[in-house]
Amino acid sequence: MTLMETAKEKWSGAVGTVVLGADAAAGGTRKSVVTLGGASTLPFLKFDGQTPHRPAVAMEVWDSAPEDWPAPLATALGDLVKSPVEWARTCVEKFGADLICLRLTSTHPDLANTSPQKAAETVKAVLKAISVPLIVWGCDQPDKDNQVLPVCSQAAAGERCLFGTVTEDNYKTLAVSCLADGHCLIGLSPIDINIAKQVNVLVTEMGFPLDRLVMYQTTGALGYGLEYTYSIQERGRLAALGGDRLMAVPVICMVGQEAWRTREARATEEELPGWGSEKERGLNWEIATAAALLQAGSDILVLRHPAAVAAIKTSIGQLMS
Amino acid sequence: MFVIGERINGMFKDIGDAILAKDPQPVRAMAEKQLAAGADALDINVGTRVPKPERGAAMEWLVDSVREVTTVPLSIDSPSLVIVRAGLAKACAKGRGIINSTTGQQGKVEEFMKLAHEFSAGIVGLSIDEKGVAATADAKLEIGMRIIAAAAEAGVPTEDVYLDPIILPVNCNQSAPGIVMETISQFKMLSDPAPHIVIGLSNLSQGASERSLINRTFLVMAIGAGLDASIHDPLDEELTNAMVTAELLLNKSIYSDSYLAAYRKGKSVR
Repeated sequence: MTLMETAKEKWSGAVGTVVLGADAAAGGTRKSVVTLGGASTLPFLKFDGQTPHRPAVAMEVWDSAPEDWPAPLATALGDLVKSPVEWARTCVEKFGADLICLRLTSTHPDLANTSPQKAAETVKAVLKAISVPLIVWGCDQPDKDNQVLPVCSQAAAGERCLFGTVTEDNYKTLAVSCLADGHCLIGLSPIDINIAKQVNVLVTEMGFPLDRLVMYQTTGALGYGLEYTYSIQERGRLAALGGDRLMAVPVICMVGQEAWRTREARATEEELPGWGSEKERGLNWEIATAAALLQAGSDILVLRHPAAVAAIKTSIGQLMS
Repeated sequence: MFVIGERINGMFKDIGDAILAKDPQPVRAMAEKQLAAGADALDINVGTRVPKPERGAAMEWLVDSVREVTTVPLSIDSPSLVIVRAGLAKACAKGRGIINSTTGQQGKVEEFMKLAHEFSAGIVGLSIDEKGVAATADAKLEIGMRIIAAAAEAGVPTEDVYLDPIILPVNCNQSAPGIVMETISQFKMLSDPAPHIVIGLSNLSQGASERSLINRTFLVMAIGAGLDASIHDPLDEELTNAMVTAELLLNKSIYSDSYLAAYRKGKSVR
């Protein structure tokens, strides 16, 4: 009997590599760094090419306690949410987060309108408390982010953090700061692959290196547009493997944020008794969304629930082994 | 599109002078200019001003000069097996080489395929046989098939074969471009995986007016028919823009508002 030969794709390109965090040798204070990308195949197709770096799992930490998180999520985190420093430290030391995504939600003008200086102090305190790389995410209000994030960038200079976000209409201020302070950048586009590429072109035209860029093509949760995110990431990966260097940029997904705002995650058992245990529903929604996006080619999954982190890290371990 | 820059050729005065004077500076500068403009590989041709016995050594010098600034594939452009071998040995010491070219003539194609296999090089196969340049699509296909068979026989993967249907000057034969278009679409069906298809584009407009316009119009048409490689002048900006746009319209690249800048930026970070 003749064995059938495995049909292999011959790709001409690969996803670019981005290093987050700077250790002592690189002029920073991180004990560990995270290397993203480098894949020369579709996700986890070991017979086709290399996946040299495993996808990273980040956990969200807010600079002020979230007020509307569903009970199962809020209970899992307890009082940790009252202190970003303790929250971040526990996420790394107890829950196994590869990196922390610090969201400066309190800086939003409609919320506490925290000053840039105070936000920078939080960034420094969190950096001091953790040994892993840090993602610094603004409040998604462009004018305020342009005031806050450059100050935070300077405060964290040399730590090679990942700052977000820049968009097609608002990228110059943060790109200049991150370029000067040695950080990486997240380019945001609204589930639109053409705009995702355009953001990368605009930022690199300013002299920002491609190997310090990560794409956030926005994330749809399971049942809420996941398939759009999936197909865009898949098309982006295919373009990267086909040699499109502007699309050969690692991808970040805000899984927890999207999963925990679905009706399935938020509805109580009293409201929807037929939908099963409220405690498990949101958690499973977060895990299922993350598992699907891993297959789409995500390089950083930002999660919220500690049990979701454990489940996805196990899944990544199995896929990489 | 796999663009092979044509400008390092002794037929151009600047490069011809540099070869005779053994001055590597203009050669290096031309290599860098073409790469900055998007060339994926560079054609290397010593031209005819160097006396025949000295052309092997001139090829070695020219390849060495280019290799000082780049490791991209070098297309060693000569009909002579001896000169090609000399250039290939130098080119493959620090990168890949492409043989440019063999014909489908029996005896010749086998020898060149052996060389391609020895150096794991790409190879351009021209639609020429014992009777000269094939004039019809059927004749071009027959030679193409012969070249692919010779590659398989020598252990050269089809993905390393670049079939060239040969484009003749439009002011000599106006029916030739249409025949080449027909041939390109049929070349693609000769094998699976399909061979690459390349043309020496500038030949089309030799002696004609509006050379750049003729070149870019045909390049777009040929890309539509399945052309995936071209030997041309990447410094012709309008030609490059037309090529990039054609690939975009065929959904071979992802659109962005700055897609022309994206193409050039993508090439600059190689």
